[in-house]
Order: sequence, then structure tokens, then C-alpha cells
Amino acid sequence: MHPTSINFKENAARALADPELQRALGNVKTGFIVKRSKARAALPEFDALRTASKDIKNHVIENLDLYLEEYEKKVIASGGFVHWARDAAEAREIIIKLCQAEGAKSVTKGKSMVSEEIGLNEALEAAGIEAVETDLGEYIIQLRHEAPSHIIAPAVHLNRSQIEDDFRAIHKDLPAGRDLSNVSELVGEARAILRDKFLKAAVGITGANFLIAETGSSVIVTNEGNGDLTQLLPRVHIVIASIEKVVPTLEDASTILRVLARSATGQEMSTYTTFSTGPRRDGDPDGPQAYHVVLLDNGRTEMLGTEFQDMLRCIRCGACLNHCPVYAAVGGHAYGWVYPGPMGAVLTPQLIGIHEGAHLPNASSFCGRCQSVCPMEIPLPKMMRHWRERDFQQKSAASFPKLALRGWAFFALRPKLYRLAAGIGTRVMAAVAGRRRRFSYLPLATSWTKYRDFPAPAPRSFQSLWQERERKMHRNV
Amino acid sequence: MSETVKGDARREIMGRVRERLGVRGDEVGRRGRVQSRIRNAVANIIPERAKVGKSERIKLFQSMLETSGAEVSRVRTYKALPEVIAALLRDNNLPSRVRIGDDPIFAAFRAEPGLVEILSGPAQGDDLVSVSRAFSAAAETGTMFLISGKDNPSTLNFLPENHIVIIAADDIAGAYEESWAKIRSDFGAGKMPRTVNLISGPSRTADIEQTIVMGAHGPRKLFVLIAGG
Repeated sequence: MHPTSINFKENAARALADPELQRALGNVKTGFIVKRSKARAALPEFDALRTASKDIKNHVIENLDLYLEEYEKKVIASGGFVHWARDAAEAREIIIKLCQAEGAKSVTKGKSMVSEEIGLNEALEAAGIEAVETDLGEYIIQLRHEAPSHIIAPAVHLNRSQIEDDFRAIHKDLPAGRDLSNVSELVGEARAILRDKFLKAAVGITGANFLIAETGSSVIVTNEGNGDLTQLLPRVHIVIASIEKVVPTLEDASTILRVLARSATGQEMSTYTTFSTGPRRDGDPDGPQAYHVVLLDNGRTEMLGTEFQDMLRCIRCGACLNHCPVYAAVGGHAYGWVYPGPMGAVLTPQLIGIHEGAHLPNASSFCGRCQSVCPMEIPLPKMMRHWRERDFQQKSAASFPKLALRGWAFFALRPKLYRLAAGIGTRVMAAVAGRRRRFSYLPLATSWTKYRDFPAPAPRSFQSLWQERERKMHRNV
Repeated sequence: MSETVKGDARREIMGRVRERLGVRGDEVGRRGRVQSRIRNAVANIIPERAKVGKSERIKLFQSMLETSGAEVSRVRTYKALPEVIAALLRDNNLPSRVRIGDDPIFAAFRAEPGLVEILSGPAQGDDLVSVSRAFSAAAETGTMFLISGKDNPSTLNFLPENHIVIIAADDIAGAYEESWAKIRSDFGAGKMPRTVNLISGPSRTADIEQTIVMGAHGPRKLFVLIAGG
């Protein structure tokens, strides 16, 4: 997917003026937030589990080389294959070759953000292999040739009637007069169509929420069961996962699972959590005959040892999106690439470059809700500030913010001059503002005054009031 | 893809990880600490709600599953299963035909072939009802652990529209960790069955306007029978 993050401002303006999108986003503001808060309240250990989860991930990141080696050994011991991919292109190449070796014409896919990140579907289609997204939300956006707008609810930007129109346009073999006026009928139609795809696919591709070093297992978490049919029915199961997904033990995965669903959808536990280990065993009547894991770097190692290392703890629950006032206003597509919201504002500049992604860490009110709800306690606002610093450093000396700051610094380093200039400025502004003491129009600050008044400065500064007070006290002694 | 390319990618990624972390991989004690952390697999925080006595545990298990939309009932013995399941099928307007695996608890079905028609082997795309036995359960979230193999093929958990799961009351533990301990003792340390399915309700989706609909791809209905007392 070609990123449009560089056009964030235009994307956001369009999103704010899109009535269908605004209606759909109303669902985010209510549903997720209330459900998470209830689930948290129902588990007194929730915050302690967050800290324990954070500690687990930090421990793994500090020993990532060794945990990857232990994990790899276990996958091989259970009869699976491990492939390493430095970047997106290498991962695509590995997966396509595996599919071609199997003679696969059609592959089913469980929902995977890493697969979106590496643009797998387009590459499969270009190689003549049909890629079928089976998560309902992913299926819908695939029909529309769109990217997901939310990392756990890919079609959250759409309304029922839009999806009905899409189904009628694409499922042409079904009777035109059929009733699709309820969500359950749309779900039923997708179920029937995808059931056929599940049974025909030669390869199933899933992501992984965790990789377990202790057992060599990959773990997926779903509510629909689509991920399970994807990895259970075809002859070959391919897992695509980034290297930071590994955790030491089943106990560690259990600890993080206790905060994952509660943070994401507000469920106590997602409906299906599945641990897959190698291919089918002797005597097994079902399960894949071959099991492959593609371990992807694609920028993760570059985050190690930097101020962005903490981001590698992210478990992709989506809580930061759900609680972000900017995300709630503009939705996920405005962010212009795969990862939206606060986690995307940190990850996107890393993965597509700060030049392309510079707007995203600025698309924040810095209210800090993202960090306060993050189950991994990731300091998202701090990391957005780091990106802003890097972006600023890279800007040319003639850019407006740099010139403005240099101008301010000139005065700030000369206190007498500063006080003189500020004194004149405030007196002029106070005089112009008059008794209303506010501006409804102010040159150079029109994007502020367009929505609210700008307060006029007090006629006298704190410093001058203080000096006068000191003088008076002196006289009275 | 040639082996050399593959080897290069692995070496390069590992090299970058070590360079960034400032480690070599052969430091004294580091690998030992990692391996013993894996081997000892210590539980972290167990929620208090999981640390209750048997009858409260079963109550919690049932209420958690019911909140997720499953239907839970009790059955006295495995012997009663054919009769109870025949009645369940009748009450839900389902044909008297189920797919089951080779689990010994289903012996009574084969002994009384007249009551319910039996299908064997992996599930098919048009199956309506399957019956499985759960290996264990965690009451804390009403989560059942089902393991793959000929006794309870994993496809039975997902393809049929209706799934009936039998769980022995004695197999209902409090926390997830107790099931991992049981799997380690049955399969060996560091070993897992091919598939372990943790199931906490019927299949559902909220992908359209956050409206919850049951039966997205897996079973629309999940019936849980707690066996014994």
C-alpha cells in the first residue's frame, strides 16, 4: 500500500467533512471505551497485570537474540520450518515461493497487521494467487480495495448500508431481491461465501499475537473463528510474525492475554485463543501437513537501543486508537498507512521514514489518554515528541518554525530587549482589544481565531506588577 | 530461495539485534538465565477470582460462559450423554446426527446406536452438530481448553454450526496456568499438542457497526455440558 501519510492535513480535512465516516466513528467513541472500562473494573488485578506484562516484554526485548534462538529450536523440533526476512520484500518473496511450491491457486488469510504492513495481498495477486481475507471486517475492506482503518476493527469506518451496497455489487450470483437489511443477514452471507473459500484453499496464512519460546507455538486470538479455519483446513499453514512477538512461556502469554482482550474489545477473553505447534502429528485426522513461520524484522531491530525501543512492547490491542480524540475525529485512513492512531504515530515514521510520516506525531493533542490506557504502559506521547524533535532537526534552516524560533531566541537571550519588546507588544494588543479583552480575529493566528477567541494579554506583565509590589513593601518597612 | 540467502537474513537480523543490544550471545550466565526462565515457567499474577473452591469455581465457569452466549447445563455421568444429547438436539430443532471423535467418553454413543446417528473423522463443511470433550477449563473467564488428535479432531470445534462440549466438573480449574501444568504433565515439558484451542463462547463478530452477531465463521451455538459433580 502506497502511504499517503504525507498528506495527513488534507486527509484529515476530507475525513472531517465526510458525513458517512463521522456517523461510523460515533461507534468507536461509545462502544470500545465503555466496554474496556467495565472489564478493567471487574478485574482488581488489572493494573498489576499491566505492569507484569510490561516486565515480560522488556525482559524479552533485552534478551531478544536468545529468545529467538530458543523459539526457532522448538519450531524445528516440532517439525516446522523457520524463515527469516529482513524486510517486506523478502517476506513476500518467501511466502509466494511457499505458495507456488504448493501449487496454490487460492490462499485464505486470518487477520494480520504484519501482512498489511508488507503488502502481501497485492504481491500474491500479482503472482496469480487469489488471497482471500476471512475476518469479516478484512473481507469487507478487501472488497472495497481499502486499507483497514483500525487495527482490530478494520471496517469500523463503514456503515451497514455501505456494506449492503458492496455485497449486492460483488455477490452477483445471489438473488437481487434478497433481504440484507440487518447486520446478521450480512454476516450470514459472508459466512456462506467464505466457507467455500476455506474448503478450497491450499495454503492458510495467519499472523501471530505471540510466539512461545518454550514450545515453538504461534498464538492467534480471534472472535470469529476465521483464523482457526484458515490455519486448520489447508495443507500448509504459514505464520507471518515480526520478531518482537516472542514471549518466554505459556504462563507469560497467559499474563498478557489477561490484559489483551480487556484492553481491546472489553471482553474478559476473546472467543478463540489458539496455540499451534508444528504440522499435524501421526494419527491426527486434521490440521496442516506443513507449518512455516516467517520471522520479519522490517525496521524492528532499528528501534532496539533507541528512544523507540519501548514501542516493541506493543500488542496491537487498539486501546490507544479507541481513546484518542484525534483518531475519533478523523478515523484511521487519514493517517495514510497501515497503523493509525497514537501507536501508528510512533510506528509509521519508523517504518516509512520521518519525511513521509512527520505529520503523524504532530496529529496529537498530547492529552496522554493513549499512554494511560496502554496495557503495556508504552510512553506514546514521549515517543511522539522524540519524532517531532527528529523532524525539527532535519528541517532546513529556512523553514518557518526554525526562523520563528531563532527570532524568539534572539530576544530571549537579551532580557532587556525582550522586556521592552514584550511590553510594547502587550500594551498595543491590550489597547486594540479594548474592554472586551479578547480578539475574534488576529492576523497570523487565524486558525486559532476561526474557532475561538484569543485572549488579550493583561495590560501589565507579572514581572512589572511584582517589581512595583516590591518597591512599595520596601518603602513601608 | 537458496539456503545461502536464508542464512544471510538470519545472520544479519541476529547480528543487528546483538549490535543494538550491545551483546554477543555468549555472555556468561545470560543464556542460562533465559533457559532456566523458560524451563521453570513460573506463574505471574493469578487473579483472586480464580482461587476459589470447587463449587464456586463451577458457578463462575458457568456464568462466564453464559455471559458470552453459551448454554450451560449439567449431566450426571458420561453414560447419560446419548440420552441428554438426543434431548438437546430435539429441543433445539436439530437433526439427530452428530460428529464425534474417538474419545473414550463417547463409548456410550456407539453402544446405543439407535439414539443418535454418529459421524466419525474430521468435520465437513456442512456438518450441523459436533460433540467434543474439553481437556480442561479455566473458570476465571469461562475458557475451555480443547486439544487436537483423533479423540477430538480440531475441525469439530469450528466447522459445524452447533458445538456441544463436554467438560468433567473435576477438570474445571480456576486459572489458565493450571491447564498448562496439566498439558506439561501429559505431553512432557516444552511439548504441546499440535493445536490447543481455548474456547470462551460461540463464534461472534462485531465488525459491522459494532453490532454483535453470533456465528461469524465458527459455531453459532455453543452448548456446554458439565459432567459429574
